[in-house]
Amino acid sequence: MQIYVCVKHVPDSAANIVISGKNSIDKSIPFLINPYDEHAVTEAVKLKKSLKKSEVVAVCLGTDDAEKTLRSAMEMGADRSILIMVATGQDSITTAKALKAAIESDGEPGIIFTGRESIDDVGMQTMFRIGKAFGFPVAANVVKFSIKGSKVTVESEREGGIRDVYELPLPCVLAAGRGLNTPEYPTFPQIVKARRKQIKKIDFNTLGIEKIGAAMEVVELKPFVKKRCPVEIKGTPLVAAEKLAKILHEEAKVI
Amino acid sequence: MEKTGIFIEIANGRIKNANYGMITAARGSNSELYAFVINFKAEKIKKKLYAHGIDKIIEIRAENDFEMAWNPVSWSKAVMEAMNAFDIHILLALTTGIGKELLPRIAAELDAPLVMDCIGIDFDKKTAETFRYSGKTIATVKLTGMDLLFGIKPNIIDAVPVNTDSVTAVAMSSDSIDSTTREIDALPETKDISALTKPEIIPFTIKTDFLKTTGQFKNIKLNKTVMPETSSSDNFSNVNLMDADIIISGGRGMKNRENFKILSDCAKQLGAAVGASRAAVDSGWVPYSMQVGQTGEKVSPKVYIACGIAGSIQHFAGMKTSNMIIAVNIDLDASIIALCDYYIVMDLFEIVPLLTKVISEINHT
Ligand SMILES: Cc1cc2nc3c(=O)[nH]c(=O)nc-3n(C[C@H](O)[C@H](O)[C@H](O)COP(=O)(O)OP(=O)(O)OC[C@H]3O[C@@H](n4cnc5c(N)ncnc54)[C@H](O)[C@@H]3O)c2cc1C
Repeated sequence: MQIYVCVKHVPDSAANIVISGKNSIDKSIPFLINPYDEHAVTEAVKLKKSLKKSEVVAVCLGTDDAEKTLRSAMEMGADRSILIMVATGQDSITTAKALKAAIESDGEPGIIFTGRESIDDVGMQTMFRIGKAFGFPVAANVVKFSIKGSKVTVESEREGGIRDVYELPLPCVLAAGRGLNTPEYPTFPQIVKARRKQIKKIDFNTLGIEKIGAAMEVVELKPFVKKRCPVEIKGTPLVAAEKLAKILHEEAKVI
Repeated sequence: MEKTGIFIEIANGRIKNANYGMITAARGSNSELYAFVINFKAEKIKKKLYAHGIDKIIEIRAENDFEMAWNPVSWSKAVMEAMNAFDIHILLALTTGIGKELLPRIAAELDAPLVMDCIGIDFDKKTAETFRYSGKTIATVKLTGMDLLFGIKPNIIDAVPVNTDSVTAVAMSSDSIDSTTREIDALPETKDISALTKPEIIPFTIKTDFLKTTGQFKNIKLNKTVMPETSSSDNFSNVNLMDADIIISGGRGMKNRENFKILSDCAKQLGAAVGASRAAVDSGWVPYSMQVGQTGEKVSPKVYIACGIAGSIQHFAGMKTSNMIIAVNIDLDASIIALCDYYIVMDLFEIVPLLTKVISEINHT
């Protein structure tokens, strides 16, 4: 089975974001694989090991720098990668179309994994658009997965610990949530091996993506800082507790 | 007149409070507001929706039994059918567990732009504001397309009722129709006649075989839904993180699972939800569904009380939109101290039980 994993190259969550121009950020900060996508890769590799004759291919949109993210996916066990070369960030409508075109030109997907969301844009929709493009069913925030013949059973966490158990036919798109598995740090031999794995580069412009007149575009980016002036609540523990209760009652008006 | 559809989220038979902020946001469209409800007798919430500016309520229901079983594909399809039937091209829903299932499915089907977690919408400019880069920036996103979809971040947009004069009048009218809505005793005279009939409730029946008749929608089958057990030892509060006005969270400073009972007791008195840092989740003390942060829930309660949490950038990504942040930490140099509104430099094991005691005394007087 051909197993595809869509991964995104995102700014390190700890990085300081500096806005550049009107609507973009200074990209000279470290970028790495989106954390949820690590769960997607881990599950794909686990699945591959349980199946005969299958291959895990990681797919990403970006510039040469995104090779780092694909290299991480391959260190975690993906067999090879596809990098769709595009200079600027694309919205999820175009991203999904590009991913579909690249995957289709590469092979016949048996299953496609993605992360549940990307930590930079948190669009929460690319996986559904990929599903629609292929005509495959989609399950979101998957925290448990099993496969039997041509059917998969997943647990999809909705909110507050509520889990929906779904059955989907193959091929399908599954968005990995935390809890699905525990990604492991690659070992040194895995890192060395990943260096020799192939990254196939495809120019975005050769994919023939037609713009459909629907789009999302960031027109402005502003820093978000909520000014807070920390005030210490002092006194004996009991006095502090009483003061805190007073704040909750009088200022926050929640009790 | 243009129309805007608003998917009203109902939880445990009640309308979620966050819906009202969403309706307030939708009013900016200066269009006719259509509320969509599924599996719910709208008569019960009619007056409240009218008070917030809803013009019509579309009661989506299944053909034979009233109830349409939860399935994200069929529910999405039902909302799309309603949009189609009433010629609606703008849709709002909350960015919650259900909204995250429905909105992107509809967006994908319609090839329509969608912005999730909106904190503001400008309908004239067709832009929405949302956080980007883990809450470090606010992006203004322009949507282009035939249909525009918005996921609203819960509890950020303040609810501002409009038709307040007519609330009592509507209460009067619905009283005569449905005795279950009798909430207001006094029935003052009213001049607003329209309030007696508004908002109109329009039943919208979904054919049971509609999924089969459409080849587009790829179905997924729901085997069952597993609810978190309220009696389980993993249940630290009956209040949902996303709906809570107050959240009290514990981090590595809690030291073990049993100690979370201290927060649980305090939460009970406060009516709060209990959250956790990733350190506490990764240590296996509490379930992942309690995690707040970049890779957990992104919450915006009125008050967030962080106990034994250092305040990492990733934790902040999930709670920095809280109205008031209170930190309890033994370390004055913890990053959270510089980023909060109030802090107590004290052992949480000393202060939290005292807070519980003080609140419980207030509750009992
Ligand atoms: C990609 C990525 C995603 C992440 N996502 C998240 C996320 O979603 N949520 C999240 O929380 N973290 C996340 N993290 C982890 C984050 O970086 C921190 O490691 C984590 O938040 C630390 O948790 P903590 O503050 O509880 O623990 P610590 O950093 O160990 O802090 C414990 C604090 O407790 C205080 N303390 C100890 N004992 C007491 C006491 N008796 N009384 C009072 N105070 C006491 C200490 O002074 C200290 O400040 C993520 C990290 C990465 C790399």
